Amino acid sequence: MAKGRFGIHGGQYVPETLMNAVCELEEAYTFYKDDPDFNRELTHLFNDYAGRPSLLYFAAKMTRDLGGARVYIKREDLNHTGSHKINNVLGQTLLAKRMGKKRVIAETGAGQHGVATATAAALMDMECEIFMGAEDIERQALNVYRMELLGARVHAVTSGTQTLKDAVNETMREWTNRIADTHYVLGSVMGPHPFPTIVRDFQSVIGKEIRAQLMQAEGRLPDYILACVGGGSNAMGAFYPFLEDAGVHLIGCEAAGRGIDTPQNAATLALGTLGVFHGMKSYFCQDEYGQIAPVYSISAGLDYPGIGPEHAYLRDTGRARYVPVTDDEAVDAFEYLSRTEGIIPAIESAHAVAHAKKLAPTLSKDQILVINLSGRGDKDVAAIARYRGVQIYE
Amino acid sequence: MNKSPLADVFSQKAFIPFITAGDPDLETTMALIPAIADAGADLIEIGIPFSDPIAEGPVIEAADGRALAAGATTDKIFDALEHVRWRRRVPLAVMTYFNPVFTYGIDRFLARCAQAGVCALIVPDVPFEEKAELEGPCRAHGIALISMIAPTSQARIAAIAGGAEGFLYCVSSMGVTGMRKQFSAQLTDMIAAAKAANDIPCAVGFGVSTPQQAAELAPICDGVIVGSAVVDIIARHGKACIGPVTDYVRQMKTAILGGDTPCLKPS
Repeated sequence: MAKGRFGIHGGQYVPETLMNAVCELEEAYTFYKDDPDFNRELTHLFNDYAGRPSLLYFAAKMTRDLGGARVYIKREDLNHTGSHKINNVLGQTLLAKRMGKKRVIAETGAGQHGVATATAAALMDMECEIFMGAEDIERQALNVYRMELLGARVHAVTSGTQTLKDAVNETMREWTNRIADTHYVLGSVMGPHPFPTIVRDFQSVIGKEIRAQLMQAEGRLPDYILACVGGGSNAMGAFYPFLEDAGVHLIGCEAAGRGIDTPQNAATLALGTLGVFHGMKSYFCQDEYGQIAPVYSISAGLDYPGIGPEHAYLRDTGRARYVPVTDDEAVDAFEYLSRTEGIIPAIESAHAVAHAKKLAPTLSKDQILVINLSGRGDKDVAAIARYRGVQIYE
Repeated sequence: MNKSPLADVFSQKAFIPFITAGDPDLETTMALIPAIADAGADLIEIGIPFSDPIAEGPVIEAADGRALAAGATTDKIFDALEHVRWRRRVPLAVMTYFNPVFTYGIDRFLARCAQAGVCALIVPDVPFEEKAELEGPCRAHGIALISMIAPTSQARIAAIAGGAEGFLYCVSSMGVTGMRKQFSAQLTDMIAAAKAANDIPCAVGFGVSTPQQAAELAPICDGVIVGSAVVDIIARHGKACIGPVTDYVRQMKTAILGGDTPCLKPS
């Protein structure tokens, strides 16, 4: 069996044209992850460029209002570029630079990962090309311009459903075209080994900070950690440092779109079946013949038909639990957090807030619940307005 | 595997065309198979369409989309293939991605391959490192699991070729499938390295479209695989593609055997 397995999940299901590149990447990562120089530079970028550590904020009003567990919010929305994506991107771009690569390519859904990649590329003098579904380009014109401002070239992907899944296909294809000087900055804990491990490790700074910050504030570990999951990178980063702590319940919140009893959802763990796609064995939304299903969510960042292999494994072992959250619930939570705490969350992160609203009141007042707020919601304001029937234009 | 019909495929330089099953519909596919066999195809690669074919360029990706939209499924394709082999015994290879095989059930999929007279399976997203999952079941059903090498395989060539069965699929150049003007300069070295590890037929694919290219490649390999150029003719002619495709196959086979390469423009 090949490397990079999480139970039966993971692996390296990529064409031979990419194998040399993923092997080379694994070798480089194995070397640099323990290299003091590399880690010093990454910590410097995290702290002095991205604004880490991000705050762990005690949401007093939300706690009072929900009347149960003490609610803390991990403010990944306060990072440079507005989400947790920057953690992985700084790590991978620095790694690519050390590997002698001159160019980075990446997929993006709503544009958050694309903007983060374009940002790191600008900072580290790398050529940058972003692949984005034509439909997403239309919906996220502002983010497209943002990436271009940062010096990236944005390519419209017109194949398939013209969304995130197709952007990943196209970025993989482009990687096989030009591999020698190019690194693919994969945006989530997915794809072929070693990507799920690399992305998890770079995102683990989230969980490590939660642990240290909560020990300082409360002198103990949390009872619950909630995070949204599409591919699952912010959740994996928050969960990973707590995997050995059996008392810490880990809950991933996936996009149920218009409901898991409708065909319009992206609830991979609720409805998906075992398959092999995008380089990994995991759970996927697919038909009986293994054709990947078109998925739907109001959140472009969760609009993905698969999930990272380590999440699939955590689900299999029962170490983490995954719950579906509908568009309606997420939009309610988006508005709730804005009004209650004065924090406008990304619509992705609002899926975790929505489940916290349900869970916190059922817990006792001495329990602690942490929401990983993966991003800020400025990008979603127009879409939420439209959802509420208000026509505004960006 | 010694008695596999694949052994005869490479008795002379082979021409191996690829078609996507169900494009534009299954009736056309089933008419194409005997027609292109008569026109000189030594082995036919039948693509089972996949929604997200990441190793394919736009031509074959579009064919997969057309076939799926027209209702092709794994079951319907196997049902149809079981009929066609009685009309003309041409060895068939199935090309598809791992998910349609895995989801159908590896064993069930291979049993249907065997029943339909398929003698080889090509799965581009199952590299050497992952092939254990398919290799045993393929052997059990008497189907050769085809290995691939690429211009970046370098040190991996010996291991891949060493464990290869049937024939070795040599990827001519980097990138996805599609029609190209140039091939990797290392192609000759790649094939020599493979042959040093295992005396196995080497067929070159990815990017080949014209008889001139086929004639140039033939001396350095045992067979030439052509996908996008064939699929492109099918895309342009739809149900009326049988004549143009057989003409093309005839010219390619002639070119490979070192005959005249009349002026056929690259499509």
